[in-house]
Amino acid sequence: MLWETVKLAMSSIRRNVLRSVLTLLGIVIGVGAVIAMVTLGNGASSKVQENLSKLGSNMLIVRPGQATFGPGSSTDARSFDERDVTALQNDLSGIRGVAPTAQKQMKVVFGALNYDTTVTGTNSDWFTVQDWTLEDGRVFSDSELRAGTSVCVIGDTITHELFAGQDPIGERLRIGNFSCEVIGRMAAKGQSAFGTDQDAIVVLPLRTYHRRIAGNTRIGTISISVREAADIARVQRDAEDVLRERRRIVPGEEDDFTIRDLTQILATMASTTTILTGLLGAVAAVSLLVGGIGIMNIMLVSVTERTREIGIRLAIGALERQVLTQFLVEAVVLALFGGIIGIVIGLGLAAGGALAMGVPFTADLRVIALAFAVSALIGVIFGYFPARRAAQLDPIEALRRE
Amino acid sequence: MSGEAPLVSFSNVTRFYGAGGGLVRALAGVDLAIARGEFIAIMGPSGSGKSTAMNIIGCLDRPTGGIFRFLGVEVNDLTQDQRALLRRNFIGFVFQGFNLLNRTTAIENVELPLIYRGTGRRERRERAIEALHLVGLEGREHHTPGELSGGQQQRVAIARAIVTDPLLLLADEPTGNLDSQRSEEIMDLIARLNEERGITVVMVTHEPDMAAHAHRIVRFVDGHIASDDHKAAA
Ligand SMILES: Nc1ncnc2c1ncn2[C@@H]1O[C@H](COP(=O)(O)OP(=O)(O)OP(=O)(O)O)[C@@H](O)[C@H]1O
Ligand SMILES: [Mg+2]
Repeated sequence: MLWETVKLAMSSIRRNVLRSVLTLLGIVIGVGAVIAMVTLGNGASSKVQENLSKLGSNMLIVRPGQATFGPGSSTDARSFDERDVTALQNDLSGIRGVAPTAQKQMKVVFGALNYDTTVTGTNSDWFTVQDWTLEDGRVFSDSELRAGTSVCVIGDTITHELFAGQDPIGERLRIGNFSCEVIGRMAAKGQSAFGTDQDAIVVLPLRTYHRRIAGNTRIGTISISVREAADIARVQRDAEDVLRERRRIVPGEEDDFTIRDLTQILATMASTTTILTGLLGAVAAVSLLVGGIGIMNIMLVSVTERTREIGIRLAIGALERQVLTQFLVEAVVLALFGGIIGIVIGLGLAAGGALAMGVPFTADLRVIALAFAVSALIGVIFGYFPARRAAQLDPIEALRRE
Repeated sequence: MSGEAPLVSFSNVTRFYGAGGGLVRALAGVDLAIARGEFIAIMGPSGSGKSTAMNIIGCLDRPTGGIFRFLGVEVNDLTQDQRALLRRNFIGFVFQGFNLLNRTTAIENVELPLIYRGTGRRERRERAIEALHLVGLEGREHHTPGELSGGQQQRVAIARAIVTDPLLLLADEPTGNLDSQRSEEIMDLIARLNEERGITVVMVTHEPDMAAHAHRIVRFVDGHIASDDHKAAA
């Protein structure tokens, strides 16, 4: 019976293809907009996620100075030293590692080639904390870290730009008037969340960096990786206590350093995306409403045009429910038809947009199913009134109509 | 069957259209009883209320006043769906002017009442084909009404009315559009349905030749029954 009804609905839609398609425009636009928007939004946010995960997960970033005055303020604040790092490593629980970093932008030379590179001094925790994977070779040994040996680990960009296919392990890289032996190379990470190339990097033991590159013992940033996400807040408080004590900040006095939680930043970014999605969703909802009214309109016209047909059906014994179902199914089939066109167009737009914006394109099956369901629901809601009108026709009156 | 309620009974049934000065008394107090197995012809001038009476018998319409009973049930009290069930299960109606679905093939038109009864696909096909053969339309199953002559459309309408094997066949001028040759064939068919299957037949006709097939002739004039003659030998 239902299949009969669906077939009937299809044939009556086919009879008026142009009109049906025009009616569906609202639904097509609404569903298309939702699909395009959600698909693009998912792509964009998965890209943001990916970028943030490149920074490391469950990470706290400690910087000297108060962040409220912008990046310039950190220069005149007291920087950290190695004993701060040791204290954090010893006193914090539930952490994966504590990595100090001092960085400088420098030209790195191999043979006739050179490349602008971030030269970073750190310890071996850094590879864990920042989620780097070693492609070849090894990281620093404890003795190398203690002695400040001239060894380095290089990023993927350096491997390609300076060593072009050659095995870099064991080669010597020149940084200014200092040279170091390459003992490891890391897998590519790609662009950072801020659009810089994270792989243009040469990593040195912190002491080596201090002695041979910086000429001081300052530590610009300390990264702390927390094992469990639930512990982040606690570790942040503990780290604050440790540092306040070490820096002899009396109670009531403000911190002269900042600890930032990366997941907090992530949450902020996510909520921005949510607002944007909500806004676009409202636009889509309006087009869906317009589409629904279009369906209602066309169904009312259809009921009027087919009064006689309805009369015949009622006269030969169709129940109200059966006529109601027929017209409801017709409205739903119509709406689904629009939904399918909208899904196809929306996915097409999203694919184009993803290509243009350089974000991944992933069609979310749940979203497609939802769009499908919403289309059907619109058909039911807006088809109900015309269908009921059809079902409640008086057969005699209906038969008299031409 | 004696003592059982008549299939159809009218007692002082009226049916008015409009109101005030435009009031039309299509039926102005009709008493009539139809027993199972009868073959009745309804005659009378145009506008005398024949179709109005047929609509009431067919449980399509309800009287303005008086009591109309079908199988002893007072139809006035029934909902639209309950009347639809009566029509679906007991009545085959051949309307004045066919009332076939356009753009729908003959066989699909004939299948329609079975669809609403929930008859299975195969049985439906078989019964529709059987009914179309009975009215002499083999080979025309897949033509739409637009592709059929008036007489052929009339026969599709009859096939649709009898495909459910009804208790009561109502035919409002079933031969009105046919030449006398075809009319005779249709009348023979209807008479056979009455005789062989025991289907009660009520038929409106203007033609005395056609009415002659019936066992009883009821004449309407101005919404009244003017005469009600039973044929002696039937
Ligand atoms: N829906 C209606 N509204 C108003 N008047 C109606 C309606 N239906 C029928 N009538 C009137 O009721 C009267 C009886 O009509 P009915 O259709 O029963 O006549 P009939 O005997 O079948 O005539 P014919 O032989 O022409 O078919 C007519 O005067 C007609 O105009
Ligand atoms: Mg009539």
